[in-house]
Amino acid sequence: MNKKISILIVDDEESVRDSLYNWFIEDGYYVECAENAKTALSKLEFDNFNIILADIKMPGMDGLEMLRKIKSLKSDAIVIVMTAFATVDTAVQALKDGAFDYITKPFDPDDLSHLIRNATKQITLIKENETLKERVVTLENVDDLIGNSEAMKKILHEVENVSQSNSSVIITGESGTGKELIAKAIHSNSSRRYFPLVSVHCGALTESLLESELFGHEKGAFTGAMYNRKGRFEMADNGTIFLDEIATISSKMQVELLRVIETKSFIRVGGNKEISSDFRVICATNRNLKLMVDEGSFREDLYYRLNVVNIHLPPLRERKSDIPLLTDYFIKKYCTSMNKPLIPIDNAAKKRLEEFDFPGNIRELENMIERAIVVGNGKKIALKDLPLEKNISTSSLESLDDLEKNHINLILSKYEWNISRSAKALKVDRVTLYNKIKKYNLNPAK
Amino acid sequence: MKLQHINIISFGYYDQDFLKVITDSIYREFLLTVQINDGHIDLSDYYDPARRQYDANKLLYQLEKLYASEETKTIGLFNVDLFIPIFTYIFGQAFLGGRTGIVSFFRLSNERYGIEADKSLLLDRIAKEIIHELGHTFGLIHCSVTDCVMRSVTYVEDIDQKNTGFCPSCKSALML
Repeated sequence: MNKKISILIVDDEESVRDSLYNWFIEDGYYVECAENAKTALSKLEFDNFNIILADIKMPGMDGLEMLRKIKSLKSDAIVIVMTAFATVDTAVQALKDGAFDYITKPFDPDDLSHLIRNATKQITLIKENETLKERVVTLENVDDLIGNSEAMKKILHEVENVSQSNSSVIITGESGTGKELIAKAIHSNSSRRYFPLVSVHCGALTESLLESELFGHEKGAFTGAMYNRKGRFEMADNGTIFLDEIATISSKMQVELLRVIETKSFIRVGGNKEISSDFRVICATNRNLKLMVDEGSFREDLYYRLNVVNIHLPPLRERKSDIPLLTDYFIKKYCTSMNKPLIPIDNAAKKRLEEFDFPGNIRELENMIERAIVVGNGKKIALKDLPLEKNISTSSLESLDDLEKNHINLILSKYEWNISRSAKALKVDRVTLYNKIKKYNLNPAK
Repeated sequence: MKLQHINIISFGYYDQDFLKVITDSIYREFLLTVQINDGHIDLSDYYDPARRQYDANKLLYQLEKLYASEETKTIGLFNVDLFIPIFTYIFGQAFLGGRTGIVSFFRLSNERYGIEADKSLLLDRIAKEIIHELGHTFGLIHCSVTDCVMRSVTYVEDIDQKNTGFCPSCKSALML
């Protein structure tokens, strides 16, 4: 079905269907007819008509019952009921059941034109409203790209350049480096910004769920598919689709994905109609996709199709100069959201943050600041409010012995050098623990 | 087969001057030969006593059956009150992208609305309605340009707001 307004006429009288069909066709609408409620409902399963013009008095299921069924399936459907047997009661009942309006046959051509114009206006308003809402959600986090380091400046420059094109983008980087934020920034600066940015976390879904999520499904396609459902590709029409954790998708999904990206068309699960959608693809992964291609676990053709532009986000430990800016930003963010005055951070805590390696990257820093604001005294963020001591700076740890030594030391400190409790926590016997203490030359003073 | 002319079939007696003016207007828009022929149909077969009007759908199908041909666009001109089952009245209708249409000037005259007769205005309205229905037979749908002849109107005074001709967009879509 094309994108012009579509109308479904439901009437048991052929002459009425023909008259209305010809009238609406001349007005440039897409029109289909159904001779009874059953046919109409089955048509509605496959096509999403904008306006349904339904007769009330029909053999079998009447127009009012059909109206209730349509509304239960699609609450925002615009249904106009018509009848030659006008009574106030049926009119009131139709409106109570959610009809957009009510018209009595035969009607004045001008009345019908007005009615359809009003319904069209309503459809346009609903669509505009949805688009604007999506736009607000999309744009709200664009300013979250914080950083003054050379690495960050380079990334912002890349984002600016890539936004102007329609090319596929792969964003790589460790977990927590802000890959989704970069995707949002690219979308929000592109010409597609007034249309949706649809995110899919591929790693969170099984193969069959992902298939249904991406392509949508028809009613009855599988157990539990009670209604027709649009897929993410369909929802991203004119906008952008963000596929996070792309490296986790199965071989079968890789084939499907390649086909959709190449043809920009697909078929819903359980459906038979090809649906077209104009979307831009942005992917993200914390894995080395090239290595996966070499190993044969990721399709080479899909890799090259996706990897038109690659933006690599360095881990936070490689751009430590951004830590103070990010810290201030998160303090402001969480104090505002928790309705608290801005809480300063003391110098010792600030220094420790800058020294810390943040294996969880920006996400870890953010969570740390949020926790400090929640559990702190509300006057100043101190070292004790930050869970840094429980972490081990990994940069100096190279051998297993180093790791073991640090961990034993941490547990001993935690249990104030109580050997029995520490051994229990480490799940070793006391003799083993003593041997380790001796081996690593550990003592309470250290 | 190449389209050669437009055929206006008049049902009832019409002044020859009257038909000449309409013919000229149609020719200016389509640049195709316009022929006028008399038609004979027993209209009582199409009369609906309950509505006291004539069934436009049935008339249109009958016209298609009797007069349509591949090389012609045919318009039947009537002076009776037309209806289709769903509407209280219509001025005319045609097969979209087809060969046939019908127009009635029953509701186009001033006298019908208690206003002084205006022959020139009536001719203008009839020409516009015929050109509009011919536009449909050439595949044109309704146009939103205010003065385009393809704009959909439901009241007679709205016809006067339109031009006799097509807007540039409809003109280019005609592709004659």
